[in-house]
Amino acid sequence: MNKFIVEKGVVLPLDRANVDTDFIIPKQFLKSIKRTGFGVNLFDEHRYLDKGLPDTDNSLRPINPDFVLNQSRYRDAKVLLAKDNFGCGSSREHAPWALDDYGFRAILAPSYADIFFNNCFKNGLLPIVLDKATISALFTEVEANEGYQLEVDLEQQTIIKPDGSTIEFSVDAFRKNCLLNGLDDIGLTLEGSETIRNFEKSWRSTAPWYFMTPNATTT
Amino acid sequence: MKTVKSVLVNKMSSKTLYDKIWDTHLVSEREDGTALIYIDRHLIHEVTSPQAFEGLRLAGRLPWRADANFATPDHNIPTTTEERKQGLEGIKDPVSKIQVRTLDDNCAEFGIFELKMADARQGIVHVVGPEQGATLPGMTIVCGDSHTSTHGALGALAHGIGTSEVEHVLATQCLMQKKARNMLVRIDGQLKAGCTAKDIVLAIIGKIGTAGGTGFTIEFGGEAIQALSVEGRMTVCNMAIEAGARAGLIAVDEKTLDYIKGRPFAPSGELWEQAAQSWRSLVSDTDATFDEVVVLQAEDIEPQVTWGTSPEMVAPITGNVPDPAQEADETKRGNIQQALAYMGLQGGTAIKEIKLDCIFIGSCTNSRIEDLRAAANVVKGKKVANSVEVAMVVPGSGLVKKQAEAEGLDRIFIEAGLEWREPGCSMCLAMNADQLGEGKHCASTSNRNFEGRQGFGGRTHLVSPAMAAAAAIAGHFVDIRELG
Ligand code: SF4
Repeated sequence: MNKFIVEKGVVLPLDRANVDTDFIIPKQFLKSIKRTGFGVNLFDEHRYLDKGLPDTDNSLRPINPDFVLNQSRYRDAKVLLAKDNFGCGSSREHAPWALDDYGFRAILAPSYADIFFNNCFKNGLLPIVLDKATISALFTEVEANEGYQLEVDLEQQTIIKPDGSTIEFSVDAFRKNCLLNGLDDIGLTLEGSETIRNFEKSWRSTAPWYFMTPNATTT
Repeated sequence: MKTVKSVLVNKMSSKTLYDKIWDTHLVSEREDGTALIYIDRHLIHEVTSPQAFEGLRLAGRLPWRADANFATPDHNIPTTTEERKQGLEGIKDPVSKIQVRTLDDNCAEFGIFELKMADARQGIVHVVGPEQGATLPGMTIVCGDSHTSTHGALGALAHGIGTSEVEHVLATQCLMQKKARNMLVRIDGQLKAGCTAKDIVLAIIGKIGTAGGTGFTIEFGGEAIQALSVEGRMTVCNMAIEAGARAGLIAVDEKTLDYIKGRPFAPSGELWEQAAQSWRSLVSDTDATFDEVVVLQAEDIEPQVTWGTSPEMVAPITGNVPDPAQEADETKRGNIQQALAYMGLQGGTAIKEIKLDCIFIGSCTNSRIEDLRAAANVVKGKKVANSVEVAMVVPGSGLVKKQAEAEGLDRIFIEAGLEWREPGCSMCLAMNADQLGEGKHCASTSNRNFEGRQGFGGRTHLVSPAMAAAAAIAGHFVDIRELG
């Protein structure tokens, strides 16, 4: 997993509540069996004017000039500024994969859907919760200032604004540690294999009905 | 084995059903509350698993307990009989074909039980799991699919996970997470005729919003929930995620046990007696406290229809599409305007005036035998309106299909002018060829009305099976209660 320590970049404002995972990456792109390459289809239905299909050359497609992602002032954005309940809908990890593949490193929003929030951390993407007033002030500043950038410092848990002022944010200590060090959850969990085995053994004797193999009627 | 006691009961303190299942599955917990939870059943489909299996291979890992896994392809398989007869070759989209084949290969390689596309028992994973008895009360169940919440109807703690977590569960049989908070949604009283489980859950979402359950596990209770069949309960829990809750739960009762008994994966004989005894304790203690309680009166719930692009944008059939001009809150007004523009609807339009081009009866929300019976009952001896271009019924599994055919439901649908398809997710998310056309309005028994969900530019209205069937005949929404 990618480490996340300090990231600085252009902020892209997506002024819309309840952005769902179909909005982030439409289902026709979920057919891939890979984890990469989803960035060109991020926000596909809004970014392009035609219907996107897998295996097409996206550079030939008509783009929607009104969509924020296509405005040159937000080119190479790294920080996504969003509204309430961002990432609602399906559990598809293709949503954070697409955001990451496009180049986003951090998201700022007042709230997120649970599964999406969780999926971000597994992919080195940092979703930050800020209160509504802070988010709406940021929207105003970003829209008023071309080239507006923010620096996100995970170690210090602060966001540094262009004028040098800072916004603090909170993050789960365990997740912070995983992101800072690029730790692999599975490796960490397997360090406790012994505990899992012991649990499993006792659970099997307590509730053997959960351990029946397919089509078997007894354990 | 003879002395297995009901360990799920803790007499020391009062617990919710969620607390009970959580506690029995807690492997370890960090100081900050991050816990490892043991997973009893892992359901797998073709879309969210390939990258996880690839991850296992790259790390040289094997599944921790292969027999805890249960796979079936459902999301992007074709649903016409003609295509299905040809097996994998019938999948025209080469990318979809690779994905389905990859699932077969991964299951074979790692020794995982799979109901393949050609198997008579294949179907939507959330329909097939309970049907096979692979979903049992008190289990922890996960799947790389947000509608895993469905299985909570049987008193199992079930929720969706992302692909990294799919890999984590495969490799460790555990999930790392923090405990959610407890919410009780109680539906008091009795539903009126014509109103169904779907209307209950849409009314709940209309009330608490799509983020109302975020961070919670919702237990659905009260007289109206108890009165539902197990299938109806699955419809309710299925959409817990649409209210923002990862998991929905319903207490175990005799109906739950009757539903499970005799299913292929369910215990039998003496083991059944022991299990059933233990499962009877899977209810919240009477004095358990919930962090939040929401109460609705069943009598107030009318047949529901969504008019917008989020499941919370819902109105009773007797109501109107909201008029943005009447909305004082600026953000809400903007959301309504955005939704109406996409849906091609005028504020203030009566719901009954919304015309339909397409009818979709299917999905893990409403594709079980009772759903098909309810729909067939409405269309029997009638004809789909000429203005309706596509009307299809997609059973949730091969066994549902077989049962429906044994009851003659397929004939009723076909004679009325609806297509009778093979099981799969189909137009619920339109990953296969079943797609809603641009600008077309669809009365759908599925669970999501997001922009583009059923096809690029498609306009979805979520309803119950009977309401979808009635709309098919009339060509616009009608109040099912007026059909008599
Ligand atoms: S039927 Fe729809 S909601 Fe259910 S699993 Fe399939 S795609 Fe997901």
